Amino acid sequence: MAISHEFEYIKPKTIEETLEFLDKYKEKAKILAGGTDLAVWIKEDMIKPEVVIDIKGIESLKSIVFDNNILTIGALTTFSSLIRNKEIKKYFEVFWEAATTVASVGIRNRATVAGNICSAVPSLDSGPALMVYDAFVTVKCKSGQRDILITDWFIGPKKTSLKPNELLISISLVLPNGKSGSCYKKLGRYKGEDLAQSGIGVLVLENKKYRISYCAVGPVPIRAKKIEAFLDGKDLSENTIKEAQKLVEQEISPISDIRSSKEYRMQISKVMLERALKIAESRQKGELVHSEPIL
Amino acid sequence: MKKISIKVNGENRFVHVEPNDILLDVLRDKLGVKSPKSGCERGDCGACAVLINGESVRSCLVFAIECDGMDVRSIEGLSENGLSDLQESFIKHNSFQCGFCAPGTIISAAELLKENPKPSREEIQEAIAGNLCRCTGYESIIEAIEDVIEKK
Repeated sequence: MAISHEFEYIKPKTIEETLEFLDKYKEKAKILAGGTDLAVWIKEDMIKPEVVIDIKGIESLKSIVFDNNILTIGALTTFSSLIRNKEIKKYFEVFWEAATTVASVGIRNRATVAGNICSAVPSLDSGPALMVYDAFVTVKCKSGQRDILITDWFIGPKKTSLKPNELLISISLVLPNGKSGSCYKKLGRYKGEDLAQSGIGVLVLENKKYRISYCAVGPVPIRAKKIEAFLDGKDLSENTIKEAQKLVEQEISPISDIRSSKEYRMQISKVMLERALKIAESRQKGELVHSEPIL
Repeated sequence: MKKISIKVNGENRFVHVEPNDILLDVLRDKLGVKSPKSGCERGDCGACAVLINGESVRSCLVFAIECDGMDVRSIEGLSENGLSDLQESFIKHNSFQCGFCAPGTIISAAELLKENPKPSREEIQEAIAGNLCRCTGYESIIEAIEDVIEKK
């Protein structure tokens, strides 16, 4: 399909060069990494950048480093390279598991986690994993660098706190001390590639602490703080889970769209809470649990 | 217009492209490579799948200009010495009817078998989840891939 909109293509080799271009063009420029969203949006005339800056020539953005309990992935980390990383699978299972549910292999080979959070569609699979690990995003502009907490990153559907002259450099996840177990559950319409109708990430920590995050059931991914506070210090008995499920209605605000109704999203999000909690708890105890997709 | 160099199915080719030229269109209209098909044009159907530097991608979502200096392979490039085992197996198992999805599906299957020579049925299903087929119901495609594995 030919694209009628014309733009200039630039492929810088360094971060500094990129920041110069961003400073010059600001909102007229768009960053190109995997392009699996950008190309669609340009094709469908949703955006009309004057300049497209391809950052794939910047080698330093491709690194994945796990050091001192902090995992830092460069802006060019694709979902496929994340899935191949054994440390991520071992220590950040919910992140790994969420990555395996993103679209299809051919998309995961190109699409980056950074692009996923910059596109910031409400159904983004990487959202809950980043939320439960208290991730922060490191961005740079010509005049300096800042870290943005993931909870401050998303400000609306397709809206983030990244400024037009800033470049996302890396995303860092913080592994809490002690034994943990985690799980990502996603409701698609079928097994295989689909967007989430609801997604939940659960991280179970020592001393019965729980972290819970939803995506696709509100304008931005959220941490379910009321449920976390209610569960704090409690064993996951049937009764406790039932009470926690009642709180889901206070946490999420699903809408009806082409994929499902808000009522169904609300109902299934409660079911997913129970399943994800149980799997994450079993994994914390060291059990190998395969998480079946919800259909 | 910018002149770029792409290794297409093993052959070095030069082609003039605009920044907004999509790889799929350049392959089909400027380079004469017709196996990748234009389907959904938004990365969902897999009919346009090709390998870039060995990794399967959706060529409808790649700007041709990004591929300067890269190795691009379609199924023409997998069958330089006659039909590949996968292609033979697809024929034997009647794994396509209209054939529109077959080049992309075989690209995905070839990538899978290169990385994982003995995949489980579930792994095969996952590998081809992004290749939509409206004719076969997928069973015959999975059988064709399993048949190639068993013969190895």
